[in-house]
Amino acid sequence: MADSDAEDLVLTGVTKKFGTFKAVDDLDLTVPQGSFFALLGPSGCGKTTTLRMVAGLEELTAGAITLGPQDISYLKPYKRPVNTVFQSYALFPHMTIFENVAFGLRRQGKKDVKKQVEDMLELVELAQYGARKPTQLSGGQQQRVALARALINRPQVLLLDEPLGALDLKLRRAMQIELKRIQTEVGITFVHVTHDQEEAMTMADTVAVMNAGLIEQMGEPKELYEHPRTTFVANFLGQSNLIKAKVNGTDGDQIRAEIEGSTLRVPRDRAADDAAVRSGSVWVGIRPEKVFLAAGGTETSDGSNVLRRGRVTDVSFIGVSTQYLVRMPWGQELMVFEQNTGAREDFRVGDEVDLHWLPDHTFLLDADQDATAGVEREDLG
Amino acid sequence: MNGRLGKWVGDHIVLLVGLLVLLYMFMPIFIVVLMSFNDPASKNSYSFDGFTWHNWLNPCEPIGMCDAVTLSIRIGFLATIGATALGTLMAFALVRHRFKGRSVANIFTFLPMASPEIVMGSSLLALFVSAGFAGTLGFWTILIAHIMFCLSFVVVTVKARLAGLDPRLEQAAMDLYANEWQTFWRVTFPLVFPGILAAALLSFSLSFDDFIITNLNSGQEVTFPMYVWGAAQRGIPPQINVIGSVMFFLALFLVISSEVFQRRRARVTA
Repeated sequence: MADSDAEDLVLTGVTKKFGTFKAVDDLDLTVPQGSFFALLGPSGCGKTTTLRMVAGLEELTAGAITLGPQDISYLKPYKRPVNTVFQSYALFPHMTIFENVAFGLRRQGKKDVKKQVEDMLELVELAQYGARKPTQLSGGQQQRVALARALINRPQVLLLDEPLGALDLKLRRAMQIELKRIQTEVGITFVHVTHDQEEAMTMADTVAVMNAGLIEQMGEPKELYEHPRTTFVANFLGQSNLIKAKVNGTDGDQIRAEIEGSTLRVPRDRAADDAAVRSGSVWVGIRPEKVFLAAGGTETSDGSNVLRRGRVTDVSFIGVSTQYLVRMPWGQELMVFEQNTGAREDFRVGDEVDLHWLPDHTFLLDADQDATAGVEREDLG
Repeated sequence: MNGRLGKWVGDHIVLLVGLLVLLYMFMPIFIVVLMSFNDPASKNSYSFDGFTWHNWLNPCEPIGMCDAVTLSIRIGFLATIGATALGTLMAFALVRHRFKGRSVANIFTFLPMASPEIVMGSSLLALFVSAGFAGTLGFWTILIAHIMFCLSFVVVTVKARLAGLDPRLEQAAMDLYANEWQTFWRVTFPLVFPGILAAALLSFSLSFDDFIITNLNSGQEVTFPMYVWGAAQRGIPPQINVIGSVMFFLALFLVISSEVFQRRRARVTA
């Protein structure tokens, strides 16, 4: 890492306003050279605007963008060592695939492009399609041409704007693996914008979760998932149960939180915000797949967090797992996902159950935050 | 028997009506081509009196006709170039730039298409005369008038093509190291070109056969439509049909060759 900051992409205080609407609000971001970086967020969160500012297709309202030592904030797009793979691919319909891929090289005054273009088409497995027009290719093939057209210029940063959005699920999975392979192979910094949390987590080394023009949290996918620091991240990345509780003291490294007479323990380093802990009111968070169900009143091992007297209200069998909804005595419904290993007991609607899980899987969030922030609506699927 | 006939008619009624409409549309053109080979018995004959090659071999025989055709072609070309260049620029401005009064400008470009030619022609004449051009009406006033009424059509045609052009294609070109100039000539222009070409062809045919506005603003000059109008008073010379046929076959040739060209290109790349 010692010399890698030489070519890092750094955004400092970047702001973009459309009229009075702040699409991007005082954004600070460092993308290390050679990393696969994902900007993840719901539509309208400012992620595409951020990308377009890096590409030079949108002018900054305030702030600065630097690439290594060079300030590129106000450079024309064609003067930046940055290339983009557009969401709609934006292939030139009047040119052949070969000419599409050669476009960037020719504009830079390179003469002998044949070999390079052929190698690049080889890389994306479209070697025999050079003479075709874009409309004669399938969506997945067009996507790969768009990638080849950008990659061939060996940019310092490759920007990908929801490049897999138009592909069907199976092709999308295949392209995710393909993109990751190519990135590892060429070693170029990839900045990938997506609203698909699974896609971001599959491919990226670092994920920045964006919401309403701000970065909510940034880190490795596992870190974000296991240790969300805001309710938005907890809900947008996977699903979470958030239970309102009162902090009533500490036990060494553990914080004690109370909910309806039950005491839950959370390691101190899994509390997002010390201030929230001191104020006393918190959200206790637990991922549905981390919770075990037991028949009501079963003894549980010491040290587990236990919530008793739940009642199963819904059971969905979805193959690899069974998803339960459990209504707690205080009226809240919690989600529990049980792997169908065959070793787990099945429950039916109406059964009384206890929920237990390890304190190490618990996290604490500020109770002032909206518990439904980032919950994906049904229609977004 | 009756049932079977009814069924046959039922099955073919669309085809029959279609053929009748086509016949209706093309009848005048058949007549023009046919009459170009006519050997009229008298000056005022409108019937086919006999076959001859004479008209095709001596197209310029009627005095002043070929001068009129040449004038119409010259004006047609210049008006096409002027209107296409100006109209294309206008279309780009109206589609691509956000400026105050844009929607008003959009409506105003439609107005000349909607106003009756006779109104435009007479008001142009009034304008030219009051501006002191009364004695110099002729080639230039015709040209100015033609560019004016072709403009709206060019703007509308090019605008439609431009509106369908994804701005991300130009952004992609800029992203791929093409500066503004290269982006325009390599991406924008080739993609808008079919619209510009259509606009140019439309302009030429509008200019070539305009009568009303031209007649009011031409002074001593005589364009081909004016010549035909004048000749019709005295008996139309059959050579007019030769010119008409040539124009028709030229247009047909252009359409067919562009179709063939496109199909061949599609086959090569397939």
